[in-house]
Order: sequence, then structure tokens, then C-alpha cells
Amino acid sequence: MATTVQPPKIEERRRPNRPSTDSGNGGGRNSVPAEGNLRAVKEHAPPPASTGIWVGLAAIGMTFLALTSALVVRKGSALDWRHFTLPSILYFNTLLLLASSVTLEVARRQVAGFMGGSRGKDANPARWLYVTLAFGLMFVAGQYIAWRQLSAQGLYLATNPSSSFFYVLTAAHALHVFGGLGGLIRVIHKLKQLTLRRSTLDATSRYWHFMDVLWIYLLWLLWAKL
Amino acid sequence: MHDMSHVAHHAPPTSFIRKHVFSIDHKVIGKQYYGLALAAVLIGMFLSWLMRIHLGWTNFAIPGLHWLSANGAPGDVMTPEYYLQLMTMHGTIMVFFVLTTAPFAAFGNYFLPIQVGAEDMPFPHFNMMSFWVTFVAFLVMVASFFTADGPTLGGWTQYAPLSAVGAVSGPGQGMGVVLWAASIAIFCVGQLFGSLNFITTTLDMRTKGMSLWRLPLSTWGWFITSIMGLTAFAVLMPACILLILDHVAGTSFFVASNLVLNDQLQPHSGGSTLLWQHLFWFFGHPEVYIAILPAMGIVSHVLVANMRRPMLSHRVLVYSMGALAVLSYMVYGHHMFVSGMNPISSIAFSFPTLIITIPSTIIVLIWLGSLYGSRLRINTASLFALGMISMFISGGVSGFFLAQPSLDIMLHATYFVVGHFHLVMAVAAIFGIFSGTYFWFPKMYGRMMNETIGKIHFWLTFVGAYCIFMPFHYLGLAGNIRRYQAFVDDYLQPLIPVHRFITVAALATGAAQLLFLYNLIHSRFWGEPAPDNPWEATSLEWSTPTTPPPYDNFGGKLPVVYHDPYQYGIEGSTGDYVMQTSPEQIKTVGDEA
Repeated sequence: MATTVQPPKIEERRRPNRPSTDSGNGGGRNSVPAEGNLRAVKEHAPPPASTGIWVGLAAIGMTFLALTSALVVRKGSALDWRHFTLPSILYFNTLLLLASSVTLEVARRQVAGFMGGSRGKDANPARWLYVTLAFGLMFVAGQYIAWRQLSAQGLYLATNPSSSFFYVLTAAHALHVFGGLGGLIRVIHKLKQLTLRRSTLDATSRYWHFMDVLWIYLLWLLWAKL
Repeated sequence: MHDMSHVAHHAPPTSFIRKHVFSIDHKVIGKQYYGLALAAVLIGMFLSWLMRIHLGWTNFAIPGLHWLSANGAPGDVMTPEYYLQLMTMHGTIMVFFVLTTAPFAAFGNYFLPIQVGAEDMPFPHFNMMSFWVTFVAFLVMVASFFTADGPTLGGWTQYAPLSAVGAVSGPGQGMGVVLWAASIAIFCVGQLFGSLNFITTTLDMRTKGMSLWRLPLSTWGWFITSIMGLTAFAVLMPACILLILDHVAGTSFFVASNLVLNDQLQPHSGGSTLLWQHLFWFFGHPEVYIAILPAMGIVSHVLVANMRRPMLSHRVLVYSMGALAVLSYMVYGHHMFVSGMNPISSIAFSFPTLIITIPSTIIVLIWLGSLYGSRLRINTASLFALGMISMFISGGVSGFFLAQPSLDIMLHATYFVVGHFHLVMAVAAIFGIFSGTYFWFPKMYGRMMNETIGKIHFWLTFVGAYCIFMPFHYLGLAGNIRRYQAFVDDYLQPLIPVHRFITVAALATGAAQLLFLYNLIHSRFWGEPAPDNPWEATSLEWSTPTTPPPYDNFGGKLPVVYHDPYQYGIEGSTGDYVMQTSPEQIKTVGDEA
């Protein structure tokens, strides 16, 4: 008799009635959220935030790659590219941003300790998050000063393609840093409400470190091309 | 009873606003996207009617047209500029707000989480924002109809420099372009939010037992498309922002030096017009696969359920869809064969363009090979699935011609290309949308659509679409240039009757869509109540506890998956199929012999 079926070899090997815990690589639903209270901080948050943040960072990375290729093509397309010296405050801003990444890591350890219950009740795990927030705000303020210094030299958005790209790239980065600041405020808020999930904190810090790496890349690009 | 795992879920909303307007339920968001696409396709089709009437009878006064635009249609006769404005908006609205939203965002939102066995997307607020941001983008786009000199006339590709210099390059090129670029940039943000959710849902939210190879083909279509969306829209968005800056801030990204337009020297220097094309087509070519891949997935899913047997090779079909996605980024330059690219670049882009026909052909062969000898259940959904394959083949064959620069240089600016992309991408995707609608409507609304009206709708649309788009190929080979608003040259005069035939076919085929609208609305309220699994299909959307599915899809318990998605043609306890959630051992029919 003619069979109209693809032989379900996979099913035979996998024994369909096997307990469901290892039947295929199901997604995050295999990790059951712990109901333990650990100061109401959930240790086992569902992992989507940690996957999602990489997906989001890929999209942001793609945007800046597009702008980079635009810069390279535009620079090569005509002879009107004027070089200028980057405002030195940018290097100071870089240090600020690097420092903010360090303080965020300190904060992450503090919060982890808080979640693990190893610190006393009076520990204020949000302290280093505030420091990070302050560094981040100082970075954006520093970028603003850099823009003011450039415009004082007569270099505006439309003055030259080099200055156009400087403003576009730094402004796009600053906007994303603002997003990170919003994320930090959200983390602080959730920490105070005792509803913070580990994955939210991890995702936020990955985003923040990415802003750091992205800025160093942009600084190199601007330094090399402008 | 199946082994179910409990899942905690937030309570369903009770207020009207949270339930139907600002809902975070992926099913509501899917339906909202469908509604948006429906509104957009009606506008887009109406614009095409106006264009077709003008092309057939150039000085014909369309009663009431001056109400639409006093400047664009004085005395109800379309001006050449207004024709181009309608053409631009037709293309833009159709590509972005119909072909991207309906097969991908609408059906994907509704069914991807259910098909992977999740109670919702992982970031439901992002999902809600995805729709509403897209809705705002649509409003901004439509708003350009109401500016003083109307929407932009630069074509949906908005080639620089004419798109970047402002009103000097024509009506609608000032504010119209700014609104266009702003709308598209906003649209990109919405689709990025959506893609983020789709990817994360597929990777992280699969229920127990749902390995990647147990995902239905429709889910594969949406998953691959969302990866493309993530990378393509992330490039188009900055491109649009640079375009806006050229407009409003006086930068020179895309406008070259010494450009004189209407006797005015443009205050720009050194910009690269090709840069816009590179950025645009790096998005633009993947975009056509963003339109067609979900349709491929939907059609495969519908066909398998109606053939009562799996595809010849589930895996090769998925690999081929993946290959299309990867290659689509490497072929984009074939849109620029006539843009003044280095001939070596043309060869470099021509080669992958010819290569990309291989996965396309494999997909078609798998469809045809699987259909061969199957006792296909004929219903409206399967008819539209067959129609999609037909359109994809017919439109795809002309792609072989266009992939070669030597032929493309001849054909690029003619109606041959118009016929090609409408069949292979637009109509094929629309047929995929229809197929999905007839197939899933019972699950979405709990009522069956009328099959008789559906079949009439299919035949009218199928014949109509060929009557409209096949003659385009003939026109193109005869040298009929495209984007012209009227054909006054002597050599084009014998072709006017063909244009009139196309116009009549377009009007009739468009009118036939009223049947679909009637069927949709009538069935929504007065259709026969649908059973939970009307097509005797196996995937998870057919094992929800109620129809339509409850707020959390599976009634508080996530399903457990035991089988590949398409266990048809086998002896199961329920008939010739075994549900993915059924723990029963599978026996093939041949085992008994």
C-alpha cells in the first residue's frame, strides 16, 4: 500500500511520550520562574530580555554601520571634505563614559549581593546606579559643550560634509545614550519597588556598555576620517 | 489529557481602550495591523484606478477629482505632476503599508506567538508601540495629500538629487518629501519594534517540545522576515534622516555640486546621488523579500493542511527561504544597473541575482512536487495558495531576463519591469494575504467565511490579475516607457488600446474586491459559527481551548509539543492527522500493511 507519509523518523528516535523537559529545545518556558522571595527580586526572570537586548543592539549597530558606509562613500565622492580637529573635550567625555561603565558594573555586583541577601538591610544598592546616571548625564552635557565649541569655530551642521557627519553621528549616539539613561532610571525605580528582575538589570547594562563600545568606535572613526 | 505546564499571566483588560485600542494583546495588534493594511490597500487601489483611467484616456475628466486636489486636477483632468504624485503614493502605500504590514505584521502578530506556543510576545508594550508608531507613520504619509502642493512626485524610491533639493524640483518636493521621509523613518521604528518581538518570541518563547524544526513553515517565514526587517529598516531609517537634513538643514549628503534646476544653482556641494540609491536599495531589495517570504510561509502552511501531507522537504524549504534572505542583501545593486555604476559592479551584482533564482526555483519545485499526486482539498484558501504560486512563477520567469545587465539596460525603464514586480512580489503577496485570510478567519473571528463567494472572488481576481499584468510585459518589450503620464509618441499610439484593456481589467478586478469586503464583513457578524479546527489542521493555533483563542491563547496552560508540525496522512485517533500537542505514538498507514 502506498504510503502518503513522510516517515516520522524523528518521532521514533525521540520517543513522543518522554517527559517534556527535554523534548526538543523549547524556549525560555523550560526555565520556570522561581517563586522564592529573595526580597521579591526574581532570580529566574524569563530570558527574553537577554535575547531581546542583543537583537536590539544588532539593529542599532546596523544603523551606525549604515551611517559609517555613508560617511566613507560621501568622503570619497567629492573633494570638498574639510578636515578639522576634534574638540578635546571629547576625550574627557570618553573617560566619563568609560567610568560610567565601571560604576555600572560595581552597581550590578551590589544589586546582585542585595538580591542574594548577603548585604545588610541598610545597604543602598542604588547608590552606584545614581553615580552611573550622573556620569551619563555629564557625558551628554560634555557632548553638548563639544557641539558648542565647534559652532563657535563656525562649523555648523551644513558647513561641510565632515561637520555634517560629526553632528549626525554624535547626535544619534547621544539620543541612544538618552535611551540608556531612561533604562537606568527604570532599573532604579524597579529596584526601589523591589520588582527588579535580574535580566532587566543585565539587559540595561549590556545596552550601556554597548553605548560605550559604540562611542569608542565612533571616536576612532571621527578621529581617523575627520 | 495532554501534559500541560502552568503559566502565570496578567489578567485580561476590561476597559474598551485597553481591550481594543491601546491593547498589548498580540491578537488585537495583529487585527489592528490587518485593518490598517485594509484601509491602505483600498486607498492604494483607488489611486491606481485614477492612474489607469488617466493612462487609457488621458484628457478624461474624472468627476469630482478636483475635490481631491484643486491644483492637481483643475477641471477634473489630472495634471502630469498629479499623475506622478498618485504613482508615488500608490507605490509607497502599497509597499510599506500593505505588503509589509498585512502578511508580516498582521498575520505574524496574530499567529506567530500561538504557533510557537506562547501566551504573548515577550515585549507586549513594544508590540503595541509598533502598531501605533506605524499608524502615526500612515497618518503622516496621508497628511501629505493635504499640503498646499500635494504629496511628493519622486516615486517610491525617492531618488536623489531631485528628492533632496526641495520645492524647486516640482510640486510636492518640498514639504511632500519631508513628510514622506519622516513617515518612512517612523515606519522603520515601528517595524524594528515588531521585528525585535518576532525574533525574541521565536527564539525564547517556544513552548516545551517546540524545537526549531517543529515550527510550522508560516512561523519560519515570519521569523526569517523579521531578521531581514531588523537589518533592512535599520538602514533605511538613517537614510531618511539624512534626506530630511538635506532638505531642512542645508546639508549635502545626496546633492552634487553645481546642480542647476529651473535656472537656479542649488546651494549644495559634493553630495553623492548614488549614495542614496545604495542606502535605499540595501533596504529596498530585502524589502521585496520581506513582502514575499511571509506569503511563501503562509501559502506553504495552507497547502500542507489541504494536501494532507507534508512538503517534499520541510527543511530544504526552510533553508531556501533562509538563502533568499541572505542573498537578497547581495543583489540589491541590480536595481542600479542603469544608474551609472561601474560595469564590474554590475557583474558582481548580476551574479548573485542569477544565483538567487536557485532557492526561488527550489521552493517552487518543492511546492509543485508536493502538489503532484496529492488529493488537494479545493477551498478558497487553497485556491489562493495555488494562485500565489502561479503569480510567483509567472513574475519570476521575467526576472531571469532582468537579472542580466545587457537585457536590463533595454528593459529597465519599461513596463516590462512593472509587470515583473507586480506579479512576482505584489500580486503574489496579495494572494498570500487572501489565502491566509480565508484560512485563518475562522480562528480569528470564530465564524466561517462564505466559500461560494470566496471562490468567485478567487476566479475573478486570478483572471483579472493576469489581464492587468501580463500585457505589461508585452508593452515593455514593445518599448513602452514607464513613469510617463501620457503616451504621445507615434510609436506608442498602437499600444494605447492595450493600455485601455488594462485599465478596464484593473477597474473590474478592483470592483471584484467588493465581494471580498462583503464576505469579510458579512462573515464577521453573520457567518456560520466555526468549529475549533475547521480544516483538520495540526499546528498549535488549532488546539486553542476556544475560538477565537482566549486572552492568553491557551487558557492558562501552555501546550506541550510532541510532533513535527505537519503530521498528515497518518492514522491518528482524530482522523488522518495527529495534532502537534497529541502525545499519541505515530503510526504510518504503511505500517499496517
